[in-house]
Amino acid sequence: MRVVIAEDSVLLRAGLTTLLTNAGFDVVAAVGDGAALLRAVEEHRPDAVVVDVRMPPTHTDEGIRAALVIRRQHPEVAVMVLSQYVEERYATDLLSTRTSGVGYLLKDRVAQVSDFLEALRRVIAGGTALDPEVIAQLLVRRPSDPLDRLTPRELEVLRLMAEGRSNSGVAEQLHISQSAVEKYVSSIFTKLDLAVADADHRRVLAVLRFIGVSAP
Amino acid sequence: MQRWLAETGRAAGSVFAGVFVAGLTALAVMVLFVSWIWSFAALFVVAGLSPIYDVLWITLIVANPWLLWWIFDRLGDVHRARFRRILREPIPDPPQVTFRDLVRLRNPFVPWRMPSTYRQFAYHVSGAVINGLGAVLMLTCGLAWLPVISDWWLSLSLVPLILGIPVVARGAVAADRAAGRALLGPTKAQQLSRRVDDLARSRAEVVAATDAERRRIERDLHDGPQQRLVSLAMNLGMARERLTDESPPLRAAIESAHEEALAALTELRQFVRELHPAVLNDRGLDAALSGIAARAPVPVRLTVDIPVRCSPTVEAIAYFVVSEALTNVAKHAQATRADVTVERVGDQLFVSVIDDGRGGARLSDGGGVDGGTGLRGLGRRAAAVDGTLAIQSPHGGPTAITVVLPCES
Repeated sequence: MRVVIAEDSVLLRAGLTTLLTNAGFDVVAAVGDGAALLRAVEEHRPDAVVVDVRMPPTHTDEGIRAALVIRRQHPEVAVMVLSQYVEERYATDLLSTRTSGVGYLLKDRVAQVSDFLEALRRVIAGGTALDPEVIAQLLVRRPSDPLDRLTPRELEVLRLMAEGRSNSGVAEQLHISQSAVEKYVSSIFTKLDLAVADADHRRVLAVLRFIGVSAP
Repeated sequence: MQRWLAETGRAAGSVFAGVFVAGLTALAVMVLFVSWIWSFAALFVVAGLSPIYDVLWITLIVANPWLLWWIFDRLGDVHRARFRRILREPIPDPPQVTFRDLVRLRNPFVPWRMPSTYRQFAYHVSGAVINGLGAVLMLTCGLAWLPVISDWWLSLSLVPLILGIPVVARGAVAADRAAGRALLGPTKAQQLSRRVDDLARSRAEVVAATDAERRRIERDLHDGPQQRLVSLAMNLGMARERLTDESPPLRAAIESAHEEALAALTELRQFVRELHPAVLNDRGLDAALSGIAARAPVPVRLTVDIPVRCSPTVEAIAYFVVSEALTNVAKHAQATRADVTVERVGDQLFVSVIDDGRGGARLSDGGGVDGGTGLRGLGRRAAAVDGTLAIQSPHGGPTAITVVLPCES
């Protein structure tokens, strides 16, 4: 799988390149700012980009802006955003068009190598990977809505779904059986008034509802 | 003896310099007065000669009081320079306005509303009288024998009068000093208000500098140790992934090293957050507060309404107020939920943190009981920018902490 890395710290850029190469990814380019990232994506057409938010020249949100351009112009490219801190607007901006093929993790998480690689693979496969802190933060702003009807356990399941985990992933995380997870999930769908008709989209819609993005 | 002579010389110099300045003042007043009368006369006697002349006369008539004010102000400067240079008596400038200020304030009558204008005028008069009298007496003492120089004995007997010169000079200078101190400088109230302004400014600078320093440390930590630590933890993580079939002790060592590195990273992130969170700089209070609200151990409802960002110092104080208040909620209040509201109304930032805990929090002096030290620290930080902190916390709850901060400190 071909990956482009955009990270302004030389040290971390080298580290990420080694990490991904060792894990079997093909790092086709490693750049240091947003403009170079966009050029590299045009040139190499990678499967995924790993982007740091704070990059030159302004050291604020270059990475997010570049990621949004990539999401718009190259929907087939999975985007994994790494940030020093959680900013829910970044998350909602990233997720507002589609919730597939996108990840938003705190930068430190790359040190949890296996978790990070798993999250990256999930994003490339079209899933999502949201940092638990992102989700916690999105919950704070949630105005009162059907989510209030969910039990704490159901909220927990939904939170893990939003992180991008499958039913079996959720079951593993919560140490419960997969059928129990399925029961929670269908209960969530019912409580959020998601009709059976949109079976395929229900999961995505539930997650969207959860993180406060109005579904298209 | 030498010093006494030098001081006397200086006193005499001051008196004569004072007379000279008074002479200049009188000359200026005379010139202005004559030109004023002349303008009137010219305007009415030879009116209609040429509109250009009429305009000139009218301008002179109207501008005269301002010229007088300006010259008096400048001559006041000369007097202060005389006090500073000759008498080693620094008299601070009173609040003064310039012509540019008049344009800026769009009010040409400001000089006549300022007490310093009249006080300086009073000094010009009293200084002229004091120094004039002093000079006349000194000259009398020194030169009284000259007219009778033909009468040897009489003139010789008048010579001791010279000894009166130092006495007169010193007396005149003492009076001049008193008048100058009282009339040339700012009034007591003006001095105090200037001092308060200075103190407020220097305090604001200290607060802002502390804040800037925290931001700098945060950036340095982020650019240096944090990156290295991430890189280190990443390398250890990679080693951990690949060492599946090595000896158990080696694996255990690498695993624990990785865990330690991850823990260090978490601690460092925590530390940086408490120091000065980067998100506060980049994205403002709203974004930074949702971070602490999300990490709070009790559910927090956050409402932020800040149409225009406040100064970085005030943002930082508001941030730490909420952070500390939520820490207190977690530690002491036994609350089940908290409401955080931050809104900007005009030039003020209102921050309130309300919890449904057991109450009883207060700004105690007796150490950490009831979160007193943390709350007192908050009070001090708020007071540093002229903000206020109020706590309402009856026993049994609820607790409300309200902080009001001026936005532009």
